[in-house]
Amino acid sequence: MKKSVFLGALTVAGLAAGASAAATLDDVKARGTLNCGVSTGLTGFSAPDANGVWQGFDVAFCRALAAAVLGDPNAVEFVPTTGQTRFTALSSNEIDVLARNTTWTFSRDNDLKFEFAGVNYYDGQGFIVPRELGVASAMELDGATVCIQTGTTTELNLADFFRVNDMEYEPVPIETNAEAQQQYLAGACDAYTTDASGLAATRATFENPEDHVILPEIISKEPLGPLVRHGDPEWGDIVRWTLQALIAAEEYGVTSANIEQMASEAGDNAEVNRLLGTEGELGAMIGLDSDWAQRAIAAGGNYGEIFENNIGESSPVGLARGLNAQYSNGGLIYALPFR
Amino acid sequence: MQQDNLRRTGGRHNGDQGETSKMSVMTDPPPERFRLSQLIYDSRYRSLTIQVVAMVLLVLALSWLVSNTIQNLAALGKDFNFGFLTQSAGYDINQRLIPYDNQMSHGRAALVGILNTILVAFLGCVTATIIGTIAGVLRLSKNWIVGRLMTVYVEAFRNVPLLLWIILIFAIVNESMPHPRDFGSGDVPMVFGSIAITRQGTWIPAPVFENLSGALFIVFAASLVAIALYRRWARKRQEATGQISPVFWVSLGLFVLPTVIAYFLLGMPVSLDYPEPGRFRFDGGLLIRNSLIALWLALSLYTGAFIAEIVRGGILAISKGQSEAAYALGLRPNRTMNLVILPQAMRVIVPPLISQFLNLTKNSSLAIAVGYMDARATLGGITINQTGRELEGMLLLGLFYLVLSLVISAVMNVYNNRVKLKER
Repeated sequence: MKKSVFLGALTVAGLAAGASAAATLDDVKARGTLNCGVSTGLTGFSAPDANGVWQGFDVAFCRALAAAVLGDPNAVEFVPTTGQTRFTALSSNEIDVLARNTTWTFSRDNDLKFEFAGVNYYDGQGFIVPRELGVASAMELDGATVCIQTGTTTELNLADFFRVNDMEYEPVPIETNAEAQQQYLAGACDAYTTDASGLAATRATFENPEDHVILPEIISKEPLGPLVRHGDPEWGDIVRWTLQALIAAEEYGVTSANIEQMASEAGDNAEVNRLLGTEGELGAMIGLDSDWAQRAIAAGGNYGEIFENNIGESSPVGLARGLNAQYSNGGLIYALPFR
Repeated sequence: MQQDNLRRTGGRHNGDQGETSKMSVMTDPPPERFRLSQLIYDSRYRSLTIQVVAMVLLVLALSWLVSNTIQNLAALGKDFNFGFLTQSAGYDINQRLIPYDNQMSHGRAALVGILNTILVAFLGCVTATIIGTIAGVLRLSKNWIVGRLMTVYVEAFRNVPLLLWIILIFAIVNESMPHPRDFGSGDVPMVFGSIAITRQGTWIPAPVFENLSGALFIVFAASLVAIALYRRWARKRQEATGQISPVFWVSLGLFVLPTVIAYFLLGMPVSLDYPEPGRFRFDGGLLIRNSLIALWLALSLYTGAFIAEIVRGGILAISKGQSEAAYALGLRPNRTMNLVILPQAMRVIVPPLISQFLNLTKNSSLAIAVGYMDARATLGGITINQTGRELEGMLLLGLFYLVLSLVISAVMNVYNNRVKLKER
């Protein structure tokens, strides 16, 4: 009898679990870890290092979010997803947030029912070709074989680019960046196309990076950013404002080095005080405590530090800030006011 | 009458009434009142109870699945419709059996993928059957080396996952073959001057059909009909007179000669378009992509290993006395195999062969590992990903594989009915 009651209770619990969609924050807190969808491996953005610890630009955002919500930047379960599996993983509650160089588009926001929390990298689609091919422009690629990751916006942009320019090409569909790299180097395709940042990151891992050229044409706009499911705006706000906190921290000069000192007492800048919780009650408004942003910034530094450490000019990927500089330096990165 | 008897049994027994009252006791047991516990303990009702309970649980489970799906779709703000199939797909597919470009609909893209699945499944089934039959017969060979070699083949392919074979074969053709550009510089010669085996695929000359080629097809079809008629005539003649006609050579002649003669009479309406080295790859010709080659080969070799075992089992199932009797009648070994052993072995071979064909067809969905654009990759992959219609796409995909499998088993069952033991 006892057994059947137990089984019955288990069944009811199982049924109920399937139905709960909202309240991601409560789920994350109850679980004690944040499930963060990342790529299966893209150097600089999200890839495990030699010790098996995930590192990268997108990974750092996951850690900042975990620090803000759970107080521990290491309380993250990284879920590797491919271009094709990422959206299903997010829709089906397998992950709480997707931080995987995902382009913010109208149909993904509305038709696929996701909510983008902001843009953390302004990118565009480019091509990489072997230098020996002698191609100087993407307009010379008529008749070429092109490797693409399936299920991405790059696949659609590629089709548009060749159609508009009245050129022929042979697409070679590939599941992950690692496979694409292997196929491209093996000569199964003449060119590989993906976001320019991804091309730079991939080229950085080549044995002879100088044998490959990234063509000058950028054929699309690819604003990349973290995203969550529709239907839980509170959780979406937490993700959005964690990203904004990292960007604002760079703008106001809050770094991982000085944050402890700046957060110890209220300073002259009221905006920084509100951000770090020494003034006002911003944390309570999104269901967190007042130190949330402080922990997020302490996890891996502000936006500029995260960029520089993972993909910046001092890193092997070597990307310039370009469009991703603060607006005050001629870029598009612009923090919303903390008020 | 009944009541009367009952009343009497309760009463006093005396002389002439005793006989009737005893009988009525035996034929009419006291009426039993139905108790609820009988539903479990009485074997007459128990099976009914179990069925009703199982049915209720099944209906509950199904209704929960449906309501859970509806609830979760509503929570995500999604609806359930197939309108996406008419929207423009926007992506390109490299291997197309029907005209397709990226402005056509998702439905058309799905159809391109479906045809690609059918193509590789068909090629795979044919090749696997040929490989399997040869390997199965050779494994029974009296030659020790041949027998052991076939054992190694069967065990190696049967016991390593198919996905590994697909990737291995793809890696081999990808890495070991020359690059298409090497042909242009003349470093590598083409096979027979017209076939280029490269790491992007194999280019072969493509047939170009001109105006009168329709007539050629009619001639070819007519020669096929002639072959069938001739074979029937030869069999009837043999049954009636015992004389054996030369079936093979006449069939071969009928197969080749009329078409060749018509080809030249019509002024060579079919020409070949040879592949020429171009800027990046080959211009013209027909490209058989490495993804198709790898998938086709791996599926054929893998399923062929299973079919080899089925064929070997079928032959071993025929008692030795059959071939001994055939030898005693003076039949030569190849006629014994063709006329005595194989017709009986087919009865054992065909039913499990059907399920191998179904396995091969469903295994073709591993195509994504090498980027072969089958139904899984177009409808079940890119389309789902671009439109967010996971439920609809997966249902359609499941339905497609179900229908395809049912069609294959239906066709094979027709064949099975022809070869199976006719009992009267």
